[in-house]
Amino acid sequence: MSLLQIKNLVVEFPGRRGTLRALDDISFDIAPGEILGVVGESGAGKSLTGAAIIGLLEPPGRVAGGQILLEGERIDNLPHARMRHIRGRKIGAIFQDPLTSLNPLYTIGRQLVETIQAHLPVTVQEARMRAIELLNDTGIPAAAQRIDHYPHQFSGGMRQRVVIALALAAEPKLIVADEPTTALDVSIQAQIITLLKNICKQRGAAVMLITHDMGVIAETCDRVAVMYAGRIAEIGPVHQVINHPSHPYTAGLMAAIPDITAERERLYQIDGAMPRLNAIPQGCAFNPRCPKAFDRCRQDRPELMQAGVTRAACWLHDANAGVVA
Amino acid sequence: MSAVFKTTEVQSTKGTGAPLVQAHDLAKTFDVSPPWLNRVLERKPRLLLKAVDGVSFEIEKGKTLALVGESGCGKSTVARLLVGLYEPTRGGLNFDGQDAHAVFKTPAGRQLRSRIQMIFQDPYASLNPRWTIENIIAEPLREHGILEGAAALRERVGDLLKSVGLSPLDMPKYPHQFSGGQRQRISIARALATEPEFLVCDEPTSALDVSVQAQVLNIMKDLQRTRGLTYLFISHNLAVVRHVSDQVGVMYLGRLVELADKHILFDRPRHPYTRMLLDAIPKMHDTGRARTPVSGEVPNPLNPPGGCTFHPRCPHANERCRSERPQFLQIQGVRVACHAVEEGRI
Repeated sequence: MSLLQIKNLVVEFPGRRGTLRALDDISFDIAPGEILGVVGESGAGKSLTGAAIIGLLEPPGRVAGGQILLEGERIDNLPHARMRHIRGRKIGAIFQDPLTSLNPLYTIGRQLVETIQAHLPVTVQEARMRAIELLNDTGIPAAAQRIDHYPHQFSGGMRQRVVIALALAAEPKLIVADEPTTALDVSIQAQIITLLKNICKQRGAAVMLITHDMGVIAETCDRVAVMYAGRIAEIGPVHQVINHPSHPYTAGLMAAIPDITAERERLYQIDGAMPRLNAIPQGCAFNPRCPKAFDRCRQDRPELMQAGVTRAACWLHDANAGVVA
Repeated sequence: MSAVFKTTEVQSTKGTGAPLVQAHDLAKTFDVSPPWLNRVLERKPRLLLKAVDGVSFEIEKGKTLALVGESGCGKSTVARLLVGLYEPTRGGLNFDGQDAHAVFKTPAGRQLRSRIQMIFQDPYASLNPRWTIENIIAEPLREHGILEGAAALRERVGDLLKSVGLSPLDMPKYPHQFSGGQRQRISIARALATEPEFLVCDEPTSALDVSVQAQVLNIMKDLQRTRGLTYLFISHNLAVVRHVSDQVGVMYLGRLVELADKHILFDRPRHPYTRMLLDAIPKMHDTGRARTPVSGEVPNPLNPPGGCTFHPRCPHANERCRSERPQFLQIQGVRVACHAVEEGRI
């Protein structure tokens, strides 16, 4: 059974000039222990999906439809108090900027102990032992001394390790990691990604890894979902999506990335930009930028359909129409 | 006006081989000491941060030199030194045969500054939100007295917008009406307004999404081809660097550790730090590959390690690396500062 199920999720932002639909009918699953990558450009809705799952949508944003199920139980309509219990205990979160995720006025030990005690029935002493163990596991040298340091005494990479330790403190089943390495240098990014991958595998935690970096996705994830304008454009096994993309947007995105191993005179470019939420085109949201768009794309909105091993929201893969890309 | 356009034609003839830009032993030290009173009362010492410590390179006309390195390695400081925003503590910059930092102080400095322009990283912070696009792009033209008269200015701004793939109809708009990629193109149009020969680009695409990054990089390459521009391109993204550059310089803690032709550097990196950087990049078509990340972090630049500054992270370090600073030497066609490479150990 899936650990997390998202069914037809809709997130809206009511405003004075009408309601903006930021996530429009999104469905996907995460299996226990699986690493699912979510990629897309800024504004595609990937962070919002993460925020909706951990119940931290910024008001006035709200879940306007659909369901989020964790271990078969609905969590999108829980009262705040219940949700607080799930957050941290069952779902851990890692955010982009490790400095703002930590309280600068408390030692990291105090923050870890507080988190552990909030979720597990242990004494302060036990919680502290556990905290040191966690810091050790996340690769912080001299954890027994470092536990009494303040966040500003750590470097960026070390802080992100502390944040990972915090997220893992109560042994959650799912970790939502929103751009965990974007603020870090490449050499540190490699360390953090390897750590995240290994530590989650050891503990059997599933990860939803939100990033805009295809390289990180390629080497970390089992499956990947590509988002565009508040919808999933394509979802499938990572190898398949990256090497044989089915959706024209995924194909364009992959071709636009400069490749370190090969040289090209010009990069492929997708002309135009992602539409604003108040001006999403009729039919497929990608049709004005799509090189393969035909009449149907401009009228009807495609849902995810089977395209080989992956599923893509693109009429090119409509089995009933007999058009095969 | 005609004079300006004439120089453009001269520029577009490709390089004669003599470097347009020559930095020799460029260094910048910042004084980050505590205030005087604290130093006296608490006996705290003076603190000097060597942001850039003796960097030398040349860029030929019409070519691109890319500088890469992790945050805090001094690449942005080099950029600011080159455009004259900082005064070097030591060494200098030779631009087209003149000592640039000496000329900047004379009345002729204005003219020289108009030949060197800069593109910044953040297209949200580098455009005045209360100015129209027309004003933003016309400012350098007015400031340097290149064009006068509203009609002539408008025409020129229109041409500049077209050259970066925007429309002259965008002139009355404000920056907030544009996306990140469009804003970065406006920055490029502004930088091109004075018909510069040399553009210093400090992480011009780091704030952009990949599809938009491709648009901006393509425009920059096209402009280089048509106008014979010379670029210093600063980035931490090695894949982007491989795409745009002719030569690549790798910086670590304020120094160049390796400087080589792009093909040589990517095919056969010499310095252990360069190898580590190349290894650290996630490879796209190699899904699920486990990599062995290099341990350690960039040390505190206020208190850099002795000898080779990379030795605490280097797998090939020996006694000599810990005590003696390696020279930046020409070894088999590349310039590299490493004892191990010099001795032929790696």
